[in-house]
Amino acid sequence: MSVIVRDSGFEKDTWETDGGLFIDLEKYGQDVTEREPNKTAIDIPNDVTVESLKGLFNSAAMIRIPFPSFADGRGFSLAKQLRQQGYEGKLRAVGHIISDQYGFARVCGFDEVEIDFDMAGRQPEEQWLARVPKQDLSYQNLLMGKRPLRNI
Amino acid sequence: MYNYNQFDHDFVRNRVNEFRGQVVRRLDGSLTEDEFKPLRLMNGLYLQLHAYMLRVAIPYGTLNSRQMNQLAMISEKFDKGYGHFTTRQNIQYNWPVLKDTPDILDALADVEMHAIQTSGNCVRNVTADHFAGAAADEIEDPRPTAELLRQWSMDHPEFQFLPRKFKIAMTGGPNDRAVTKAHDIGIRMVRNEKGEPGYEMLIGGGLGRTPMIGKVVREFLPKADLLPYVEAILQVYNLNGRRDNKYKARIKILVHETGIDTLREWIEEVFETQKSHHQAPPVEMIEAIEAQFQPPKLDNAKVDEDKLSKVISSDPLLRSFVETNISEHFDSNHAIVTISLKPIGGTPGDATAEQMRIMAGLAEAYGYDELRVSHEQNIILPHVRRDDLPEVYKVLKEAGLATANVGLLSDMIACPGMDYCALATARSIPVAQELSNAFEDLKLQQDIGPLKIKISGCINACGHHHVGHIGILGLDKAGVESYQITLGGDGTETASIGERAGPGFSYEEIVPAVSRIIDRYMSIRESKNDTFLDVYRRVGADTFKEALYPEEAASA
Repeated sequence: MSVIVRDSGFEKDTWETDGGLFIDLEKYGQDVTEREPNKTAIDIPNDVTVESLKGLFNSAAMIRIPFPSFADGRGFSLAKQLRQQGYEGKLRAVGHIISDQYGFARVCGFDEVEIDFDMAGRQPEEQWLARVPKQDLSYQNLLMGKRPLRNI
Repeated sequence: MYNYNQFDHDFVRNRVNEFRGQVVRRLDGSLTEDEFKPLRLMNGLYLQLHAYMLRVAIPYGTLNSRQMNQLAMISEKFDKGYGHFTTRQNIQYNWPVLKDTPDILDALADVEMHAIQTSGNCVRNVTADHFAGAAADEIEDPRPTAELLRQWSMDHPEFQFLPRKFKIAMTGGPNDRAVTKAHDIGIRMVRNEKGEPGYEMLIGGGLGRTPMIGKVVREFLPKADLLPYVEAILQVYNLNGRRDNKYKARIKILVHETGIDTLREWIEEVFETQKSHHQAPPVEMIEAIEAQFQPPKLDNAKVDEDKLSKVISSDPLLRSFVETNISEHFDSNHAIVTISLKPIGGTPGDATAEQMRIMAGLAEAYGYDELRVSHEQNIILPHVRRDDLPEVYKVLKEAGLATANVGLLSDMIACPGMDYCALATARSIPVAQELSNAFEDLKLQQDIGPLKIKISGCINACGHHHVGHIGILGLDKAGVESYQITLGGDGTETASIGERAGPGFSYEEIVPAVSRIIDRYMSIRESKNDTFLDVYRRVGADTFKEALYPEEAASA
């Protein structure tokens, strides 16, 4: 079990108890008869190309991107590219992410972050809430006329 | 000179508060040492051999007297009364205490400075030609672009956890004083056939254990496309750069292994997407930045040349200072003064609080309140009236800052080496000092002519030895320092990587070895204008190897 961090704070992960499934990308094409998009989440590795995922955008309500270590920032660029290429479903970051990165994750297009209880204990809710991005406060927004890629 | 707007002020102050909180959270265990490390690094705080080291950004090397005075204050209040100017146009404090660092950052914020992204695997302090805005040979001042990049890179959400650090350097004209070809991204201002200003973009340059000269990825980039293009380079690097081996993680390795042509295709493809998602920076923002880099209103009263030349020729020391440390300004009544931080036998790049204050005072009185830090670890007064040169010289001389050696043998770059650095495998500063002492006669140095000696205390090459005309690399061979010599390196627009001359020399042997190279050069040059680099490029390495290894040459 994990803790889900959203802008409103910590929540229980109800995806699977509500009947949702996580399916590895490499098994995604196999033995599928009928799959309900709103019950389907794809686990992608963080070295995949977004180009190769384009055909799947409408078949899953969630894409989950792993952070094997908080120092491995590939997930940020992947999320950004998925949003730029038009993916509108839920984006979840899972793994070793620290609260100091929560704002980065949100601005890059993630909706939520999945952490384990150990991390949730060590970095309690208020440390994450302190990192909820204030969208007007960034050089990038000012300079590139960018707007947040997606709000919840 | 760029002045912070309200947003800059809020951003920097907010960042200080954030770091103050991170220090508390490290102490209460919310953050492990592993997790705290990249956060402190992003704020310029290293853990060195004996203590923490704080690296303060001086964006594109530009500062005013108020900022220089504050750097002096910080060195006295929080350090040992001196600071070290670096090849990244930064200043480093070598002895701060962890609990004081948020206060130091606040003191920096008071004068519109910060230490953000001077370390860590993110986009580092953007460097630029130290003569920017003053040089006679410039197409356009590169600093408005460098400032744009500084703002763009600040806390960029996507690029704080790159495979490795990322350095950008800029030059505004054909003469490259910013070593742009040895940076992850090198940017040179150019004009296209229609005469419009734009950028030549290079990627994949770097020194370290695998030195590479940057390759052109785009010959002409319109100015308006800069940010989406740089964003495309960074995104391609973030997703594709190697993360399995930190020594192969820089973009130069990606360029080398993937090939510049393939990489260019990837970048151009991402660039198209980036462009369609970003609006160009608002014109009024660009104009507001550019307006702040206008040259000062120069006093254009004609300099009395006859009088000035009489004063200069009456004092041989002043004359030699003017010949060596003065460069051509775009305005004929003015000059660019380089203040050498390389006194004979001193530590390259070090300045005491007192010296910082004197340089600040000179900038205020004679230099339109502008100072620069050069990557060669000197301080520049970019706009000085030529008839003020004698007075400026007099003040510098009294402060021990008038060494007339800019561009000469003793104007060396040296990394901190084993005296400070946790990575170093050998001492660099004492080698620089001994070499400087061995050639203490400035007349001899002037006779030898332009010569760049660069010394690194380990393979990471912070002392730029690969691009030194004579490079010295200190290694550890079974517990004993061993110094390897490279020859023929060049960090300018004609950049090249120096070639290894042969087996290393011991600490005791290295200064005599360099002397033998110089002796050989002096004996074979055709005239005084025939520089060391010219001779090396013409005759090759063999004669110098013969001078370096006489026994081998004799037995061969």
